[in-house]
Amino acid sequence: MTAVSIPNPERKLALTNLGIAYTAFIIGTLCGLMQVFIRNDALQLPAWLDYYQILTAHGVLLALIFTTFFIFGFFQSGMSRTLGAFGPKVVFWNWVGLIITTTGTVMATVMIVSGEASVLYTFYAPMMANGFFYVGLALFVVGTWVQSFALAGHYLVWRKANKGEKSPLFAYMTVATIILWIIACLGVVATVLFQFIPWAFGWKEGINVELSRSLFWYFGHPLVYFWLLPAYIGWYVIVPKIIGGKVFSDSLARLSFILFILFSIPVGFHHQLTEPGIASFWKFLQTVLTFMVIVPSLMTAFSMFAVFETRGRELGGKGLFGWFRKLPWKDVRFTSIFIAMLFFIPGGAGGIINASFQMNEVIHNTLWVVGHFHITVGTPVAMTFFGITFWLIPFLTKRVFTKALQRLALIQIITWSIGMVLMSTAQHVLGLFGAPRRTAYTGYQHEDALAWFEGIISNHVTMAVGGSILFLSASLLIFIVVQLAWFAPMAESATQETFPIAESDARETPGILENWTVWIGVALVLIAVAYTIPVADMIQHAPPGSDGFRTW
Amino acid sequence: MHLHKYEKIWLTFGFAALIIFLSVVGVSAFHQGHTPAGGLQKVDPDNLESTPPFDKPGVHEKEDGSYEVAVVAEAFGYTPGEIQVPAGEKVTFKVTSKDVTHSFSIVDTNVNMMVVPGQVNEKTHVFRDPGKYLIVCNEYCGSGHHFMSMEIEVVDQ
Ligand code: HEM
Ligand SMILES: [Cu+2]
Ligand SMILES: [Cu+2]
Repeated sequence: MTAVSIPNPERKLALTNLGIAYTAFIIGTLCGLMQVFIRNDALQLPAWLDYYQILTAHGVLLALIFTTFFIFGFFQSGMSRTLGAFGPKVVFWNWVGLIITTTGTVMATVMIVSGEASVLYTFYAPMMANGFFYVGLALFVVGTWVQSFALAGHYLVWRKANKGEKSPLFAYMTVATIILWIIACLGVVATVLFQFIPWAFGWKEGINVELSRSLFWYFGHPLVYFWLLPAYIGWYVIVPKIIGGKVFSDSLARLSFILFILFSIPVGFHHQLTEPGIASFWKFLQTVLTFMVIVPSLMTAFSMFAVFETRGRELGGKGLFGWFRKLPWKDVRFTSIFIAMLFFIPGGAGGIINASFQMNEVIHNTLWVVGHFHITVGTPVAMTFFGITFWLIPFLTKRVFTKALQRLALIQIITWSIGMVLMSTAQHVLGLFGAPRRTAYTGYQHEDALAWFEGIISNHVTMAVGGSILFLSASLLIFIVVQLAWFAPMAESATQETFPIAESDARETPGILENWTVWIGVALVLIAVAYTIPVADMIQHAPPGSDGFRTW
Repeated sequence: MHLHKYEKIWLTFGFAALIIFLSVVGVSAFHQGHTPAGGLQKVDPDNLESTPPFDKPGVHEKEDGSYEVAVVAEAFGYTPGEIQVPAGEKVTFKVTSKDVTHSFSIVDTNVNMMVVPGQVNEKTHVFRDPGKYLIVCNEYCGSGHHFMSMEIEVVDQ
């Protein structure tokens, strides 16, 4: 018998998305490697290349491109796996979206490479990049919307055909993530279309800087949840199946996703706590809303460990912690995600510090923040994606994830963890000393600054060693990906990788959780409460607009 | 919807901790005045030369004995280029930018201010210990970002 997978059109779509994701990944991590060596003066760049150009590429390629393409590849395969084959229209619009997203990506990348857009992935005004950089960004977002609507269309067709039934958990969570993404992108689309593009092409003079920053962060925070929720799908829906268990509670899983939609958007000001133009009251209100995501986070943590313990005990684990040893540690599909979860514990704790109003002043824009997102998106999210890749690619290519490749995969995740602990700890410590982020090699010719780099952990070597191990690990991952895509032996039905989906009992799940109109409504009300007055104020009391500057 | 007993305990504990934490932050912010840098005053970034206090950047003693320091940031430095303030006194920094967004961040203190063109950012600080403090720009502002710094000298009175 031949191996089974999802239908060919979806396989091709998903594999194309994953291919672009991993191309961005290897270039992006190469940039990361160069950064750690530029930062300690071991690498001199030729005159045509600049640290900030590389850093822009690193941020854009890894935080935006790798994540987004991976997520859509994952969604397309999972939606087909759980809701059935895509109709021709769904396939067509997914391709249209993918092509638009890719066109935007290429445009923005060309601008970065040619030095026309060394503005970092946050592109703060009034630094002015070449107008086509912003056009590229707009196309990127619009393309993801088209793919999102295509997937939503597939879901609606399923619901029509299955009236009164609750959708499979994977599909539900995908739709929740898509809703979050579309609402979040409204901010960045507004600033790019109505502020940056007319200004950069010279159709409009002056830009309202504070407004553009606020619209960016209206998008920037839920952006991190757009990365995180697909990883949570892996945690909630896939991991239980891999270890042989079930979803702990279908209703709580769905409720947590709803809470993430509600409390990840009206909170962008926590990235702007130290800036003028926003009254303290609104900063504080959004800080309070920010902290509400602790509730679904605690629910997630509880569910995960409940699943692990239940399964460990089924396998005969005794005593308080005996179940822990029974878990399938040799299965890299599980171990990778478990390590990802562990990294998220200090990552989440750091996030609480960052958002804590006054405490934010201690770490804002220091290397601490860089350490922080490498142990949130850079490991928990990225390593969950690695863990998914190990079975998703062979599932799609109908090849075998061989024993040899599994061993390599274990080495890959272990080296990634070691490299990340070294690099991110150094960054956290340097940040506490006050070392700023986003800087090429510098000691400011000042003894205080030179002393930062003299600690055991904070010296220039630790970060470079960590970064080098990370890059080796990234290369190993690409080797595995290439093997799984083209060279591993073709599978028979018995050796075929499956797409693990855990059983989830939705009989008692309240129907209201799938009434999207209600939840989108509540989300919009919260956004209106948190943003209307301060944003209106920014527009009404705007200072004269800023001219564009090219300071690189 | 069914909640496991342990989960109820876990979430109740978490939620209670959250409320206590936010209350502490709130009281500290609005009762004791510990808010991060901020301010609602606007200026014309092209016309700072004739906009007080930025027409005379530098340290000014005010009538109530406290100090005000007006600073203009510009790629890749600050005006004035040197600052001297007394220890133990209230010093209010007022900063704005002539070009792109920068920061005015005094290492080893809680003074960490975004410097946004068109806006005036304010922060009051009391230096306890005399000495020389490093000020850096920690918001990316262009190819010279990693050189943008200055020193502030805090002197005994
Ligand atoms: C080989 C692995 C990696 C290395 C060596 C590395 C290294 C670095 C370094 C040194 C910086 C800070 C530079 C500075 O502030 O001056 C940085 C920034 C950053 N990294 Fe990584 N990184 C790696 C992987 C990743 C991954 C997997 C992600 C996300 C998926 C990521 C996301 C980011 C982001 C968003 C920034 C901030 C860029 C900015 O400030 O504009 N990195 N990285
Ligand atoms: Cu955030
Ligand atoms: Cu700077």
